[in-house]
Amino acid sequence: MPGLGASFGRGGATGDLQDLSNADVIVIQGSNMAECHPVGFQWVMEAKARGAKVIHIDPRFTRTSALADSYVPIRSGTDIVLLGAIINRVLTQERDFREYVLAYTNASWLVSEDFEGPEDLDGLFSGFDSDTRSYDTASWQYAGAEEDGDEQEETAESTESESGHAMGAGGASVDHESIRRDETLQDPRTVWQVMKRHFSRYTPEMVQEVCGIPTDLFEEVAEAWITNSGREKTGVLVYSVGWTQRGTGVQYIRAGAILQLLLGNMGRPGGGVMALRGHASIQGSTDIPTLYNLLPGYLQMPHATRHPSLAAYVDAIKGANQKGFWGNADAYTVSLLKAYFGDAATAENDYLFDALPKIDGDHGTYGQVMDMIEGGKIFGYFLLGQNPAVGSANGRAQRLGMANLDWLVVRDLVMIESATFWKDAPEVETGEIVPEQCRTEVFFLPAASHVEKEGTFTQTQRLLQWREKAVNPPGDCRSELWFFYHLGRRMREKLSGSTDPRDRLLLDVTWDYPVHGEEQEPSSADVLREINGYDLTSGELVPGFTALKADGSTSSGCWIYSGVYADDVNQAARRKPGREQSLHAPEWGWAWPMNRRVLYNRASADPEGRPWSERKALVWWDEDAGRWVGDDVPDFEVTKPPSYRPPEGATGVAAIAGDDPFIMQSDGKGWLYAPKGVVDGPLPAHYEPAESPFRNTVYTQQQNPARELYTNHLNQVHPSPPERGSEVFPFVWVTSRLTEHHTAGGMSRYLPYLAELQPALFMEVSPELAALRGLEHLGWAHAVTARAVVEARVLVTDRLAPLRVQDREVHQIWMPYHWGAGGLTTGDVVNDLAHLTLDPNVHIQEFKAGTCDVQPGRRPRGAAVLDLIDAYRVRGGVTMSSGSVAVTAELLHPDGKDRGEQAMAGATGTGTGHRAEDMEKVLSVRHDIRSRPGDPQQHGVPAVVIDDDPDTSLEGS
Amino acid sequence: MRVGVRTFIEGWPVYRQLTGNDPLGRGAAAQSARSRSLTPRTAEADSVAKSVCPYCAVGCGQRVFVKDGRVTQIEGDPDSPHSRGRLCPKGSASEQLVNGDQRVRTVKYRRPYGTEWEDLDLETAMEMIVDRTIEARRRGWQDADDRGNRLNRTMGIASLGGATLDNEENYLIKKLFTAMGAIQVENQARI
Repeated sequence: MPGLGASFGRGGATGDLQDLSNADVIVIQGSNMAECHPVGFQWVMEAKARGAKVIHIDPRFTRTSALADSYVPIRSGTDIVLLGAIINRVLTQERDFREYVLAYTNASWLVSEDFEGPEDLDGLFSGFDSDTRSYDTASWQYAGAEEDGDEQEETAESTESESGHAMGAGGASVDHESIRRDETLQDPRTVWQVMKRHFSRYTPEMVQEVCGIPTDLFEEVAEAWITNSGREKTGVLVYSVGWTQRGTGVQYIRAGAILQLLLGNMGRPGGGVMALRGHASIQGSTDIPTLYNLLPGYLQMPHATRHPSLAAYVDAIKGANQKGFWGNADAYTVSLLKAYFGDAATAENDYLFDALPKIDGDHGTYGQVMDMIEGGKIFGYFLLGQNPAVGSANGRAQRLGMANLDWLVVRDLVMIESATFWKDAPEVETGEIVPEQCRTEVFFLPAASHVEKEGTFTQTQRLLQWREKAVNPPGDCRSELWFFYHLGRRMREKLSGSTDPRDRLLLDVTWDYPVHGEEQEPSSADVLREINGYDLTSGELVPGFTALKADGSTSSGCWIYSGVYADDVNQAARRKPGREQSLHAPEWGWAWPMNRRVLYNRASADPEGRPWSERKALVWWDEDAGRWVGDDVPDFEVTKPPSYRPPEGATGVAAIAGDDPFIMQSDGKGWLYAPKGVVDGPLPAHYEPAESPFRNTVYTQQQNPARELYTNHLNQVHPSPPERGSEVFPFVWVTSRLTEHHTAGGMSRYLPYLAELQPALFMEVSPELAALRGLEHLGWAHAVTARAVVEARVLVTDRLAPLRVQDREVHQIWMPYHWGAGGLTTGDVVNDLAHLTLDPNVHIQEFKAGTCDVQPGRRPRGAAVLDLIDAYRVRGGVTMSSGSVAVTAELLHPDGKDRGEQAMAGATGTGTGHRAEDMEKVLSVRHDIRSRPGDPQQHGVPAVVIDDDPDTSLEGS
Repeated sequence: MRVGVRTFIEGWPVYRQLTGNDPLGRGAAAQSARSRSLTPRTAEADSVAKSVCPYCAVGCGQRVFVKDGRVTQIEGDPDSPHSRGRLCPKGSASEQLVNGDQRVRTVKYRRPYGTEWEDLDLETAMEMIVDRTIEARRRGWQDADDRGNRLNRTMGIASLGGATLDNEENYLIKKLFTAMGAIQVENQARI
């Protein structure tokens, strides 16, 4: 979560669920918490019962809205305009918590003279390169930082998108001693003034025009948030995937983070940013990542050119002259390599760093799927409790990719659609996959359930909770621990005599896990101890990450989890009942880092170490005891006094001053302005979603110019204004979850209770849209995009009120996305509608705002599905190049026409990709799915003949 | 006989409802001899495992009741400081997740161009997967890029999933793939 990482230093929810009850205002935006995290929502209700104001901002009225004090409907994809306008109000009316802002944020720091923002460049930040579709961030630095001599390297670091996710446990590096300040905030280059100028165009009127939120409702939200923050009061922001699954999601989070910093809500009781995550251990799977660009503890995966040696790798993380706990990156890295490779990793061989595999670009899941479709690159694929045929964006691309593999291993509890695509995918119906011609060899290996193995999940508040094993798994069911241990063991045995240097790491990796029981299961506790780490000289478990060393005398498989097995006690297994403890319940499980429950809690005290107020005391400096004390484990060196100032030349931990609460940040402060660490801008700016029926009225620039696109015949993006054709897909569609189903459905659609509770896929539409399209309540309708057609039952409801935006009515439709061909309740795969346009920071897809058409009745069957999609593509001018231009200004007619006019006029010369030859090219490749170039695997249905001349048909639309 | 009459009268639910401490007749007053003799599955359990709900990321505490080596019931754990004993419909259904007929309990194999699943024993499946992994790893191997920078990796293998798994499992997955040079490891954090 680099939005949080770049702002505060760590990519995790900043507090715990119980702490929500301390809030005076709770703003829930981009989350339907009452239905998607229902048990956690009890703490919102606690707060409400104590008098807190609860605000829900969402396109759809849900149970969360029903229980809130205020519900604010918003057009999906416009949250930055709303937040920007509140920020603007705080800045211009000086409603910020000024002492906090001056002491704990970078508000007073000067930004480089070279920086230019969207105000200067009509929607772009300085440094954009149209050819690479990315920013050179050199001009975004603080004043002075651009002269520090290693600008080139830093630039390479931050323009490469794979560095984005690495901000999960630490901010980006800057030289803290070179920073210049103006505490009066008057210098036009201060972050404060730069922000003030940047947000000046975000007004209540803009909110009304872009978000569809009436001015009086905006007023209510802004005042509730602002007046319930400050010395005596605090507010908390709650978000979920309604914010993150976007082409600009990191910037949504940044906008929320800026507001929370300005209002002084970070590190304090009832404050913070609560990121609600969606899977039992999705936080854990980024902390100990199964992600290509990270190693455990948010260490970066080594890069082929940037990290030629261990020293270069460590220096790149530590940065030049930076503050904070990343200063010990060498200890974390060497300890990891010792955990991985044991005695084979020595100081002489740089702990085998050179032998590690290296990344050199985007190797993310969607890029992999494109490679699978192309063929000849990826031969084998493991699916481990994930069902991309239903859960991933553009399911068609997912399934056709899997149909083009040599082999596939599916490890799951049930027979999910990703295991059965070769016989029941929608593409079988259309003739694009023919079982007798599909060569993919599929192994289905049943998995053990959560009660049939022991181990830890890390839930949404960074809390590790150990699960005891209740029973043995049945039949061939096995844990992932078993599968990967034995896969590794057998590979090592087969390659044991190898002298090939390519096999060296596999033979050097420490893999001597003792096994037990009939199934020969390794011990999870042994692995958790390895994660905690050892003092290798004594053989004792280390007490925490501060004990880790860079000389090879310690090991730790994940430095931020170090301490989870302190004193040879499984701290994650602690179960002292909550009612016998304080609210934060420090003896229930274990939270990273070092069991701290509210991050940055040093900021709950003023610069001198006194609580800002009695009411909001959490952690404070006890002068007599000479230490930080309070109701939580201090997120600070416990004996470092508030008065501590680092000596000149200090770096790392020693450079953290006594009033630097953001101890992972390279300058110790919360970042209102992010000079590094976010690749698409140091401040959030509003762009329309990649597909939108509206022209961006905030800037000329229509979409996030740095968004990632995959150009592929299966992944065409609808045009948005000023390109022509968007009127063919006039509605905005949004997906999310139901309480009774879970993600791609493998754990819910197959269960009788849950299938009965939510027995069918449906689509929520407003009465107005129903009237417009002739949709009947409980009847059928189908949604159409250039990727897919999906049918569902219609639920006509005023929960989805049309909004008035840019003086016209916009209709939004909503669908849950849990369905597929398997289980007790079946339905079309909603995510098939989605296109792959990704956030450049984290490569997440945009699920939360796309455009579509809706028609009554059931969808066509068989190959006629493809005919319908083709007809829409032709009418809408959808090609491989539509919606894909980076810089909108380059699209516009050079005669300087008014941009609003351009937007809706459908004037000539405003679009690309409407050329007849483009359309022919698209239509000719559509059915050409190959297993190998030159070796067609699928002989699809004959190409559809389109009589209409695309250009002509566009004129009529 | 008088004792018999009293027993008869006390056996009448309305009497119990009027005289006892269950005026709404929803508890003890409504019990029959049969329902009075029943005990909850939770009381008969041989053991109770402390667990955590496997669905969303709230991480509600669960108590898993086991009798004769079989899970008989899963309930919310009132000790959990953040869930305080509650479970949502999914967590409440997790006994079915464990015991239900939907679970596949044996290895299934679909051969290339096959139209049906076949059975395969686990040992054979593991051997086949090991051989294929070694082969795909070799075929997709890259020693260096075209400028001579070391890559030490294979692009022949990809993996997806992890957010539903344990930390210890994710640890071994990443460790093994890194040691074998497979970098294309991903999970739901980006779906």
